[in-house]
Amino acid sequence: MKTDVTRRFTISSLAAGAGLAAFGATLPAPAMAMTRERAKTLVDALVADINGVIASGKSEQAMYTDFERIFARYADVPTIASYALGVDGRRASQAQMREFTTVFQRYISVKYGRRFREFIGGQIEVQEARAVKNFYEVKSLAILRGQAPFEVTFLVSDRSGRDLFFNLFIEGINMLLTERTEIGAMLDRRGGNIDAMIADLRASA
Amino acid sequence: MPQASSDTVDRLWRRLVTRVVPLCAVLVLSACATPEGYVARDGINDPYEQRNRNVHAFNKAVDRAVLRPLSRGYDQTVPDEMKVMVNNFAGNLSTPRMVVNNLLQGDFGGAVTNTTRFLLNSTMGFAGLVDVGEIAGVRAVDTDFGETLHVWGVGEGAYLEMPFRGPATQRDAVGRFVDFFTNPLPEALSGTQNDIRIGAQAVDVVGDRARFGQTIDSVLYDSADSYAQSRLIYLQSRRFALGGGGDADYEDPYATGTDPYDDPYEDPYED
Repeated sequence: MKTDVTRRFTISSLAAGAGLAAFGATLPAPAMAMTRERAKTLVDALVADINGVIASGKSEQAMYTDFERIFARYADVPTIASYALGVDGRRASQAQMREFTTVFQRYISVKYGRRFREFIGGQIEVQEARAVKNFYEVKSLAILRGQAPFEVTFLVSDRSGRDLFFNLFIEGINMLLTERTEIGAMLDRRGGNIDAMIADLRASA
Repeated sequence: MPQASSDTVDRLWRRLVTRVVPLCAVLVLSACATPEGYVARDGINDPYEQRNRNVHAFNKAVDRAVLRPLSRGYDQTVPDEMKVMVNNFAGNLSTPRMVVNNLLQGDFGGAVTNTTRFLLNSTMGFAGLVDVGEIAGVRAVDTDFGETLHVWGVGEGAYLEMPFRGPATQRDAVGRFVDFFTNPLPEALSGTQNDIRIGAQAVDVVGDRARFGQTIDSVLYDSADSYAQSRLIYLQSRRFALGGGGDADYEDPYATGTDPYDDPYEDPYED
């Protein structure tokens, strides 16, 4: 199942690449608009990777490393991180922003990796994709043993320059909002000191 | 004879409560559906935040001292098969309450589904220990009086944290109270049977805490502000559950203006 989806993904990316190369001779590299198929392709590959990790039987720590790799590859981490930081991001220096994004990536991978680890013994199935506003919504179903299936939804966009997901909902719980609340609370606890918040975030993951 | 008449009084009282209390609840809640304009930082209607935070601290202390240790003991000592049976048994006992609420919402399909499940599970499922309905692919249409109020058009009101019961909205708080009376089962069962029912439901609370243990622990004990996290997560998952039946288009008079829930698909690329 996993290899199947990955192979399809690889083949379709290769095909797209070949198509582009053929066009490249006559046309400037076209900025192809995102499509429903591409959004679904991304989530198919992402979910295949997640399913691979939860079926791997690896140790907890090894799984978190895998989940971080998955986040880095499929998620628009800089956009998610800066949304989580919210208006406080405006007074952060570039160095602080870079530092925060790196630490945040590890934090979010461990946090959501923990949730995904609860899916061990089950798996996620991608359902349908549809266009919403300027982006795509791809719904999937987490099918776990002894529990009613529930929805995991990904929002996908190419506005970072690549097809990436920028938000995910587990049973309606919005990652962006949840993390903005959490990072905001961490900042409040440190009287708004960004460096101290980053240090806390690093310690927590 | 006195027994019979007190029974009749009891029944009349229940009828009165099941019919009149909802009506009053609707009146009270329609008054509180338009809040005094207080909005917390997350855009959440939480005018009682200070009081709620005190209740949250209390609930957390109860969890730390009682519920969490009990649930860990339960998790470690009770075999998995038995945990499933306890969960099935308690779930079956709350099915009649769901049927009443299905009917109050005009959801006759849901009422038929839940009634079928109740009959199957109570007989072939050994008084509800085995979820035959689930095995046959008939899933529960889970509901409660809070949802009934929602279907009737009552707004959710302000956020509340209830002692022992945790996060709620004003609408759900009324719903939980009314649901003491929407379950016809206590009337149908004998005294001993009711003791078993109440006992099973208490054990099920511990079982649920064990089942969702890690998730609850991470919200309560790993968040920077567990009050704000649990408030946000409760409201999101409750609204998601209520929209699940195709009600997402129902207008919520509270959710207008700058509430970020207006737009759960907020676009982070927009500046």
